[in-house]
Amino acid sequence: SYLISFSFQQRIEIHKLRQGDNLILGFSIGGGIDQDPSQNPFSEDKTDKGIYVTRVTEGGPAEVAGLQIGDKIMQVNGWDMTMVTHDQARKRLTKRNEEVVRLLVTRQSLQKAVQQSMMS
Amino acid sequence: MSAAMDTESTYSGYSHYSGHSKKAHRQGRDRHKSPRSKDGSRSEKSVTIQTPPAEPLLGNDASRAEEGQDDNWGETTTAITGTSEHSISQEDIARISKDLEDSVGLDCKRYLGLTVAAVLGLLVFLTPIAFILLPQILWRDDLEPCGTVCEGLFISVAFKLLILLIGTWALFFRQPKADLPRVFVFRALLLVLIFLFVFSYWLFYGVRILDSKDTNYQGIVQYAVSLVDALLFIHYLAIVLLELRQLQPMFTVKVVRSTDGESRYYSLGHLSIQRAALVVLENYYRDFTVYNPALLTASKSRAAKHMAGLKVYNVDGPGNNASGQSRAMIAAAARRRDSSHNELYYEEADHERRVRKRRARLVVAVEEAFTHIKRLQAEEQQKAPAEMMDSREAAQAIFPSMARALQKYLRTTRQQQYHSMESILQHLSFCITNNMTPKAFLERYLNPGPTLQYDRDRWFSKQWTLVSEEAVTSGLQDGVVFVLKCLDFSLVVNVKKIPFIKLSEEFIDPKSHKFVLRLQSETSV
Repeated sequence: SYLISFSFQQRIEIHKLRQGDNLILGFSIGGGIDQDPSQNPFSEDKTDKGIYVTRVTEGGPAEVAGLQIGDKIMQVNGWDMTMVTHDQARKRLTKRNEEVVRLLVTRQSLQKAVQQSMMS
Repeated sequence: MSAAMDTESTYSGYSHYSGHSKKAHRQGRDRHKSPRSKDGSRSEKSVTIQTPPAEPLLGNDASRAEEGQDDNWGETTTAITGTSEHSISQEDIARISKDLEDSVGLDCKRYLGLTVAAVLGLLVFLTPIAFILLPQILWRDDLEPCGTVCEGLFISVAFKLLILLIGTWALFFRQPKADLPRVFVFRALLLVLIFLFVFSYWLFYGVRILDSKDTNYQGIVQYAVSLVDALLFIHYLAIVLLELRQLQPMFTVKVVRSTDGESRYYSLGHLSIQRAALVVLENYYRDFTVYNPALLTASKSRAAKHMAGLKVYNVDGPGNNASGQSRAMIAAAARRRDSSHNELYYEEADHERRVRKRRARLVVAVEEAFTHIKRLQAEEQQKAPAEMMDSREAAQAIFPSMARALQKYLRTTRQQQYHSMESILQHLSFCITNNMTPKAFLERYLNPGPTLQYDRDRWFSKQWTLVSEEAVTSGLQDGVVFVLKCLDFSLVVNVKKIPFIKLSEEFIDPKSHKFVLRLQSETSV
């Protein structure tokens, strides 16, 4: 058996939670074109300046919607997130008049493929 | 027949003497005892040769015994017979006389060299004066009168000779600081050059001027001036060859002492091997810590224990397989499970702790002792309190309180033979006179210092031998190794060339120093 690494894209719809005066999503982001990509623990390519999910709060809206730590956010509500600064990314996620954000994320996955199942 | 030299032999405990000479020689001679010379032929010796008596060695044992043991053995004569195994043989005499000749010979060689150089120098110095004076003495009436130019040349000759004299004094008139085994090549070369030069000038002068009685006095004086100019240039050549050439460093030499591995590096220029050895030795006395044989006993006892552990039994027969035996021993020693490294580790840790403890006690004792002394200022001196002392008495007063701690420390670090009580007292009074702190006083005892710091008797290293595979007058090259041996240890010197350095430049515009921040922030949304 051997390991296969592949990435697949997923669409995740998060409903924001109201907490006091703020609408929160329940995760943290890192990365951006103005940041240092070599310090990103989740990226496979250390020159990748995209936006990554660095933390997901337990029981928050993001976890409920299926967002996982290490996901790379490609789009938010149709807006591209691969070439934005850190602050721009934050702003796009925390627009006050939006209650739902639809993310397009890319997730790395490692799966053990059993040889027999491949052959069968 | 008897030679006119007296014997001082350690062997003469076994010497035999004829019954006749015994009484005559015992009166009127001083006792000679030389227990310190282990190897008899090394110290200065002289030998008495007497006619051999008729009695053989063994037959005289009875008479020797009744004479008493070691009282008068120094006064007895040693018979030179070939059969006696303990008397001085013919070869020993030859060796002793050769030693005497050698020591006299070396001095002769040095003084010979100096006298030759001095005579040559004097001749050379007087030559221009002679060139100028000889025509005046010999054919004064025929000479053209000396005009202004000619007299100006007299002044120039005088001053140039003065400059030459001062320069020669500055450069060459120095106390020889060393005795080198072979002749100094450049110096000899220069002497030969000067000799040939002056000789050719005299030849020309004798043939063209003296014989033909040249009347052009100005020409003669100019000839003398040209000689002095050329001598000044030779002096310049001497400076360059003897002093300047070796100033630029070309080689790095590594000097390692064979007994304890202490090593130093020095930079040298183009020198011959013997001159490089001289430089190394001059720096040895200043840089290397003094050779202390007491510190080597531990490793020697360990080495003895290693070799004593194994015995080889030859089972197969009487065949003498020496190399096979030694290889078997080495292999067995390597395989044997040895705990000597453990012993070494604990012993060293223990010793370290003991030294530190003694050192702490010593420092405290000395600090306390120094607090008892107060220097009197000038006004206080006039009031003259009763116990006013000079520095020596002050030293003697505070010495007893620190003596025990100091002695214990010196014993632990095995330095006790290097410092006598008198030397310690002297150092203490020196420190008190110069307002030194206790730490400055202790600096001499806490760390072993260079050889120059100690008494000449404790040096162990006064006579050196240069051992080299190449000629000692050849220059240093990369990879040359030579050894400087003295009686107890040797210095191994390894020469390496300083590498050729290729230096290139890079220009950085001061405005080009620009920076960015590298961040990795995390924001929660």
